[in-house]
Amino acid sequence: MVELSHDSRPIIGRGPPLTAYFLTLAALSVGLMVADQRYHQIDRIRETLSTVVYPVQRAVDFPFRATDWVTGSFADRSRLRQENLELTARLRLANLQLQRFAVLEEENRRLRDMRANTAGIAEKVLVASILNVDLDPFRHRVLLDKGAVDGVFKGQAVLDGDGIFGQVSKVNAATAEVILISDAEHAIPVQSNRSGVRTIAVGTGDQNKLSLPFVTVESDLQQGDLLLSTGMGGVFPPGYPVAQVSKVKRAGSTFALVEAKPTAKLDQAREVLLVWFKARVEPAPATTPPPATPAPRAQAGGE
Amino acid sequence: MRPMSMFARRLLYWISMAAGLVLAIVPLPSWLDPVRPDLALLAMIYFVLTSPRIAGLGYAWLSGLFLDVLRGMVLGQHALGFLVVGYLTHKLQLRMRMFPLVQQAVIVMLLLGLYHFLMFWIDGLTGHGFTGWVRWLPVLSGALLWPLVVALGDSLTRRSS
Repeated sequence: MVELSHDSRPIIGRGPPLTAYFLTLAALSVGLMVADQRYHQIDRIRETLSTVVYPVQRAVDFPFRATDWVTGSFADRSRLRQENLELTARLRLANLQLQRFAVLEEENRRLRDMRANTAGIAEKVLVASILNVDLDPFRHRVLLDKGAVDGVFKGQAVLDGDGIFGQVSKVNAATAEVILISDAEHAIPVQSNRSGVRTIAVGTGDQNKLSLPFVTVESDLQQGDLLLSTGMGGVFPPGYPVAQVSKVKRAGSTFALVEAKPTAKLDQAREVLLVWFKARVEPAPATTPPPATPAPRAQAGGE
Repeated sequence: MRPMSMFARRLLYWISMAAGLVLAIVPLPSWLDPVRPDLALLAMIYFVLTSPRIAGLGYAWLSGLFLDVLRGMVLGQHALGFLVVGYLTHKLQLRMRMFPLVQQAVIVMLLLGLYHFLMFWIDGLTGHGFTGWVRWLPVLSGALLWPLVVALGDSLTRRSS
């Protein structure tokens, strides 16, 4: 039974009246919300507060990490051997592809140099692990263990081994929040690898599904098409896999119903890559009429 | 029965707040995640009822603010929710303390409903609206957990000597 605690201090004459106190704090909360939505000075306050709560996040993360470590340390020999064999086989395959890749990369660089355009190649990556912390069941966000001190910035692209994972939405001192490509508030420009159709993939709130709402019935998209990032907007590096088209339904009169499955392992990844790259500089709108040969411009548009 | 010292009580409140916040972000299996009860909020209601002159609105507001930071929400969202619930609990405390446990749980359910409505509303205003019925499940799970919170709180604060 809920009972009043033993407290012998006088009731009156302590602190401000309750309602006034309530209204002050309520006004302060509303002010904070508005400031947080509209202005960015509040980021400093959030950063300070996030440093205070960082130990809590670490404490939550710790048992999971410890379990991983313990199970990892006591793994039996046969399983390790098995894993080792598998990894060796995969490495051999990857090396084989890499030999070809080196040639292609060199060729690509030469071609890009000719166009004086070396943008879009990842220059630096940083491995970050995902903290075992649940942020919100209805939003696809994860917390990384790298933050402003590691040079992470807002809007930075995040990849995993299989494709584009998301982008940094908030940067704290030692942590960063990432919005996944499957979050209902996220959209990413993509391009079909097969037909070159460009569109936008929007998150649905389901980790295995992206929606492509702006595909017309006539556009050339098929089930199984690989969608790559285009690099438009400068957030994501171009040419990385985003999703694979899983369903195309041309029922409506104007727009087709297209769904795609993200290639990145959004629900399983434990470690992701933060990427630094030189964004492609969007050609500034020419003030003078363009020269008579529009060909290079068309190439630039088609990447 | 020996009343706890003021310092021990304060310490207990802050530790409970930290525990509530930890439980608010600890990973749960995805099917259980939407049902997660707002334990920090329940603890706050309990302390406002049992010691309204120590655990006041400032305590409620700060708990909410820390929750905002932990979950990366708009700063002030949960703070406002906690504050409103804390204020109403303060206003209702004389009656609520008299109520039998079941009736208390019903009031708590109403408070949680109001809290989640506020969260829903602010989510909508800031453009994070999620409208599924699933988001109202914590109201139910929280009300069901209320007797447990009371039992746990009583056993923590009323140590027999």
